[in-house]
Amino acid sequence: MESLTNRKKVVSDKPMTLWEKAYLPAIISGMMTTMRHMFRKRKTIKYPEETREFAPVYRGQHVLKRDEQGRENCTACGLCAVACPAEAITMTSAERERGQEQLYREEKYAATYEINMLRCIFCGLCEEACPKEAIFLTDRLVPTFFERDNFIYGKDKLVETLDERIDITTRQHTGKRSQI
Amino acid sequence: MDTALLIEKSILVLLLFLVSLGAAAYMTYFERKLAAWIQDRVGPDRAGPFGILQPIADGVKMFLKEDFIPAKADKWLFIIGPGIAMFTALITSAVVPWGPKLHLFGRDIALQVADINIGILYVFGVLSVGVYGIMIGGWASNNKYSLYGAIRASSQMISYELAMGVSAITIVLLSGSLSLNDIVTQQSGVWNVFYQPVAFFIFFVCALAELNRAPFDLPECESELVGGYHTEYSSMKLGLYLFAEYTSMFVSSAIMAILFFGGYNFPGMSHFSGNTLAIIGIAAFAIKIFIFIFVIMWIRWTIPRFRFDQLMHLGWKTLLPLSLINLLITGLVIAFKNGWF
Repeated sequence: MESLTNRKKVVSDKPMTLWEKAYLPAIISGMMTTMRHMFRKRKTIKYPEETREFAPVYRGQHVLKRDEQGRENCTACGLCAVACPAEAITMTSAERERGQEQLYREEKYAATYEINMLRCIFCGLCEEACPKEAIFLTDRLVPTFFERDNFIYGKDKLVETLDERIDITTRQHTGKRSQI
Repeated sequence: MDTALLIEKSILVLLLFLVSLGAAAYMTYFERKLAAWIQDRVGPDRAGPFGILQPIADGVKMFLKEDFIPAKADKWLFIIGPGIAMFTALITSAVVPWGPKLHLFGRDIALQVADINIGILYVFGVLSVGVYGIMIGGWASNNKYSLYGAIRASSQMISYELAMGVSAITIVLLSGSLSLNDIVTQQSGVWNVFYQPVAFFIFFVCALAELNRAPFDLPECESELVGGYHTEYSSMKLGLYLFAEYTSMFVSSAIMAILFFGGYNFPGMSHFSGNTLAIIGIAAFAIKIFIFIFVIMWIRWTIPRFRFDQLMHLGWKTLLPLSLINLLITGLVIAFKNGWF
């Protein structure tokens, strides 16, 4: 059969020739290889000072978005929690009172919204399920903690603050991957 | 012996001690850097600029570790083992001529602690005693892995010392002297390596085996014997073993430079004299030692370890006959030149 690639290599166990038995040529060629590596570019990323560049589609810590007027997008419909394969998302809903129109966009909002970052597998299905463009995964990393409780992120950590909006424009193309 | 000579020699001994230890410490750093470069990494770079303080950090770490002696170990031998290893590694450097004579305070100062007329024999003797450090340490640990490492070390050293000695004899034949000082002065013209490339090659391979360096690092091969002869050692006792290895690497490089690469001789030597000559000579010698150390480390990070039977085959069936033939040819050529036929 004709091979599909040119990577095929026939191996044999025929006895070594005198040249191969002498070891030295092989050793010297091996040393030349290591010498070449000595002058190569280092692959190391010195972590605390430098960080690895993220892919544009990187899925890190979640953010709960607000709209242009600073109102929370989330209506606590629960579709993200249903979509979540790791069952990391829980929430309770509440009805918007009169006078809270500048806080929440719809009549119903999430009173609590928690993601267990130890359960989360960062698949991004919550983001795909969300009909209100409320939850997105960002390129931020979830830091490490010593206590398990610290990994349960509430609304205090998830909702973006008004003065520090988080850019998610690279991820607003759900279903249209070719644009990324 | 006058007082000035005593002071001169004491200072020289102290300097030599500090230089050997300092060189050994920074060889550990250099080895780690070189390994990193060969593997496309950066290596230690956190302690000081470029990680230059890494050996000091390692030394402090070694001292602060728990010094543990196993319950069933032979306590005194366990303590003596690393001591012998370090002691023999250090005293070899006594006969090494480090440079031409320095002229200071109206005195000619020979940069050699003891110019004994059987320098080569002394070096070989001390190197052979060095195996006791490993053997005693491995046996006293009362651990199978340690014992295996020790047995391997001693059998390996005995096998390779033969070929090493025979190739050194060819140098003695050439120079007609056992004194390292004479051997160096005779190489002011042409270095011995150009007369004896085969002897140099054999000597170099045997030196790798004597030093327990890769590809002959079977006594401490961690994939088979955990840590080899120093499995049970911890703290500064382990530190002494590792240090002894690097110190003997430094001294062996010096010996190889002396026997085959003209010691402190360098091309264009006749243009200099006095203290300038001495200082350039020391620098040339240091560069030669550094190149040897570099090559030894380069080999270590390139070649995988030999199997034990391959090691014995190489030593007894290849290097020993080769060195004997080389010795025979050298002897015949010298006899022919002297008109004995």
